[in-house]
Amino acid sequence: MKKKWILFLGLTSFVFLLSSCGLKQSGQSITAVGSSALQPLVEAAGDRYTAENAGEFINVQGGGSGTGLSQIQAGSVEIGNSDLYAEQKSGIDATHLVDHKVAVVGVTPVINKDIPVKNLSTDQLAQIFSGDITNWKKVGGHDQKIVIINRAQGSGTRDTFERWVMKGRSTMQAQEQDSTGMVRQIVASTPGAISYMAFPYVDKTVKTINVDNVAPEDKNVQTNKWQIWSYEHMYTNGQPTGLTARFMTYILSDKIQREIVASMGYIPVKDMKVSRTLAGKVEAIK
Amino acid sequence: MNNDEIRVSLLKRSRASKNERWGKLISGACITIIIGVVVSIFYFVASKGLATFFEDKVNLWKFLTGTVWNPSAKDAQGNPQLGALPMIVGSFSVTFLAAIIATPFAIGAAVFMTEISPRLGKKVLQPVIELLVGIPSVVYGFIGLSVVVPFVRHLFGGSGFGILSGTFVLFVMILPTVTSMTVDALNAVPRAYREASLALGATRWQTIYKVVLRASISGIITAVVFGMSRAFGEALAVQMVIGNAMLLPQNLISPASTLTSVLTMGMGNSVMGSLSNNALWSLALLLLIMPLIFNILIRWIGKKGAMRS
Repeated sequence: MKKKWILFLGLTSFVFLLSSCGLKQSGQSITAVGSSALQPLVEAAGDRYTAENAGEFINVQGGGSGTGLSQIQAGSVEIGNSDLYAEQKSGIDATHLVDHKVAVVGVTPVINKDIPVKNLSTDQLAQIFSGDITNWKKVGGHDQKIVIINRAQGSGTRDTFERWVMKGRSTMQAQEQDSTGMVRQIVASTPGAISYMAFPYVDKTVKTINVDNVAPEDKNVQTNKWQIWSYEHMYTNGQPTGLTARFMTYILSDKIQREIVASMGYIPVKDMKVSRTLAGKVEAIK
Repeated sequence: MNNDEIRVSLLKRSRASKNERWGKLISGACITIIIGVVVSIFYFVASKGLATFFEDKVNLWKFLTGTVWNPSAKDAQGNPQLGALPMIVGSFSVTFLAAIIATPFAIGAAVFMTEISPRLGKKVLQPVIELLVGIPSVVYGFIGLSVVVPFVRHLFGGSGFGILSGTFVLFVMILPTVTSMTVDALNAVPRAYREASLALGATRWQTIYKVVLRASISGIITAVVFGMSRAFGEALAVQMVIGNAMLLPQNLISPASTLTSVLTMGMGNSVMGSLSNNALWSLALLLLIMPLIFNILIRWIGKKGAMRS
């Protein structure tokens, strides 16, 4: 009887010990929460930062752009990652949030490999996603039904795609998936499927198409010839201070932008030849 | 002097009674914590879920019968488009269809395990069924995505995503639960019933069909309802194969969605306190109420069964 109690108490205290190990790192730490598209990038940069600055930790969590923005607004984390401008998200008061654009990511339509279509106009794309064109025959493919795969409502990728392709037209209700990985697998295995995803996720299992005869490549995004792209934002509540400020400078430094941002398929902000405002106004950067 | 010693030792708390007090305290504390957790979950979900109706002034009837779900946009009259009917229909259809398919298999397996070949049943079937219970739902979903969906696509056409695929996946998921509960129900039938039936000259099949199954009917129904409540709450596996289109299902192979799949997809993408977030909480409230109804149903069936025997 006694032994059992000792075992029980020992186990409980062991569990507490373990959990406090996770919490009590000796040193400072900040937390960045939000967009799953941005998560791998921030994680990689955070690991690098900790390696170079012992005792300073960057905790990175996913959860989606909505989570990132609401957490940073509530002040419960130091950095909120988002694919969208905070102003675009309903329920967010953006006045106190400071935007740090850390990278640019292009979004491209992807189709199943067996569809022979190579190019679509923006208008044709919009008609496909609004449900006006339902057969690949009409846009130069075989006689095959179009299967639309959407991302979940409120997803950053979907917002980007709808903003620059649909331009105000509403998309038809169709299949929705909550992760790019699922979208890729479904497009790869479903005949006649079309969807969209960020450049870093495109691989050999799916096929990209040109839009208005522009290829989905980084260099076309840099000049805004490829219009379907968005900034990746890291929001702070007010001007960042201390570790947060140091980390923001670090992630925007040439070294990280060159080595980590570019190698993960994102486009470094400094490579952009144009800038685009929230309202969509494009200006050349001198 | 001597008397006093006895008095003291009699009035002093014995070890056993101390232990008992301790035991009462510990179990009381545990129960209080559990009740507290349950109550606060209910309060939290209800307060968030009801905000849609009280704060955002969404009509409850429209919420339950509307067919357009688009929390971020408003319709021509300026009302938010919150129609949960497609998800409600989706959830109920996969649940009922899965239960309808699973029930005969579960009863068959249970009869085999208890009446026909208890030894083989205990040695082979029981471990297999227990193994099925332990498989995580994401594994079922993945198998569904890579096997069931293409299978349905080839056999029935369409994209393969839809209620039919969801039904197949759920059928396998609830089968072990329903089977093992049915086994318990059959085992609970008194041995005397079987002996009496056989003594009257009934064959084994007649005994099973006319006596054992009839006597355990309330237990079997409880098992099925239990399986249904599990199917109703399953999120991940269904989400992977049903297609998640917020459309009223036209047929079994057109993409549909369930309450759970909409919840898991939408939570990370909406902001706490906004209408689209509150609407998701309302769905969660619906999901919380449904198992409650299932539970009440189970108790009611149990009472009815008890009265008859």
